[in-house]
Amino acid sequence: MTETGLQAEALPADPAAVAPERDLFDKFGPLIAERQALLDSGVRDPFGIVMEEVKSPTVAVIKGRETILLGTYNYMGMTFDPDVIAAGKEAFDKFGTGTNGSRALNGTFHDHMEVEQALRDFYGMSGAIVFSTGYQANLGVISAIAGKGEYIILDADSHASIYDGCAMGNAEVVRFRHNSVEDLDKRLGRLPKEPGKLVVLEGVYSMLGDVAPLKDMVAVAKKHGAMVLVDEAHSMGFFGPNGRGVYEDQGLEDQVDFVIGTFSKSVGTVGGFCVSNHSKFEILRFVCRPYIFTASLPPAVVASATASIRKLMNAADKRERLWANTRQLHGGLKQLGFRLPTETPESAIVAVILDDQEQAVRMWHGLLEAGLYVNVARPPATPAGMFLLRCSVCAEHTPEQMAKVVAMFEAAGRETGVIV
Amino acid sequence: MSDRDSIFETVKAQIEPFNKKGVTVTEATTFQGDLEWDSLTVMDFVAAVEDEFDIIITMNMQAEIETVGQLADAVAKLKN
Repeated sequence: MTETGLQAEALPADPAAVAPERDLFDKFGPLIAERQALLDSGVRDPFGIVMEEVKSPTVAVIKGRETILLGTYNYMGMTFDPDVIAAGKEAFDKFGTGTNGSRALNGTFHDHMEVEQALRDFYGMSGAIVFSTGYQANLGVISAIAGKGEYIILDADSHASIYDGCAMGNAEVVRFRHNSVEDLDKRLGRLPKEPGKLVVLEGVYSMLGDVAPLKDMVAVAKKHGAMVLVDEAHSMGFFGPNGRGVYEDQGLEDQVDFVIGTFSKSVGTVGGFCVSNHSKFEILRFVCRPYIFTASLPPAVVASATASIRKLMNAADKRERLWANTRQLHGGLKQLGFRLPTETPESAIVAVILDDQEQAVRMWHGLLEAGLYVNVARPPATPAGMFLLRCSVCAEHTPEQMAKVVAMFEAAGRETGVIV
Repeated sequence: MSDRDSIFETVKAQIEPFNKKGVTVTEATTFQGDLEWDSLTVMDFVAAVEDEFDIIITMNMQAEIETVGQLADAVAKLKN
């Protein structure tokens, strides 16, 4: 299924004189210069980290040094689970390395059906569709379900995949101020009543790790007759009685129309999905271009995901450890005087606010040299022009590792003058 | 003052809190080139204009608006 687009049938008889070639990369000049200035300051490249060896969900070797990982989305530590690995190996042996095709044609194997069943069981929903990444799940579902003349209403801090899903589709796009129920209500109230509307929310916002007031937002959306899609990428496994996410935690199971999720965080492989109770949900397989026009996930990946999802249904101990670790980290950093965007640990993401890029990268560099990896986040990925060091916690971190992490933050923070 | 003129004056007043460079605002002033606003500033400003006039300026419309004059035109149209 390849689309080659429109092609000229013949060259024009009288071709125009050729203009001097312009380098299309000229527009990247300022970014190239900014990166060069950063690297010239002698710090390591925050966006060029290579894991030479990965020893566990929480430890890798970077530049020959054993490093604690506190910047992965391996929340539940499933990447080295023996059952998850065994399931992948078995699928490799039985089904080979890849599918060589789209889900819509030859790319649906036994294990793709199994993983969709595991998702239906996990979420207690009638429909589940697996995409090749979480990014593609948002891209596909959002661009497909809101059409021309209809409206998408999204939080200003939405993930790039949500914005890109809007850009790919033909709907009218309206933004509201981050997590503001009142702003959402006002904007919905100004829209024409008749056209279909989709409100797009996230359970946990990944930059600051703050949780959405979904209960009030969904109530407002329903009041205005909108359907609701919630991205629960950063909450699977440890929010709500069954680990379904923030929407379950806030008691909204019968009110959210679509839930988007990913395998690349708590599940520990790669892939994305949408689950729903909508009676016509299956038609999405025929209208989502990022589902149709890309290769399906390799069988080993989905077999591992199935094993992982089923284990996450009974992961109370991991869940408890994850929250305990998060409380220890958040409390430790707060006590040291670091600026944190949330007063309490709302999710497994703990962000530290820095003054500017230079300070953020110096601090990051100090931590890495000490043997700790965290994420650097900068605008435009971050809200309000913030520079952040983002920590994401894993259930498999030990209390000893967390104590060490806090001590490393203290040393690097004093070294760089971030704390006194 | 015509309705369009008063819209322009209101928009101009709303630009001021975001006008960090102290640019003299005319019909032809551009948001990106002259005011040098980033996407976050644009978001805050658009929300303020929307609330002032009780309208919605969709992101699709925003993509077409480059100058203050164009914004005033769009507001005038949306108000009707």
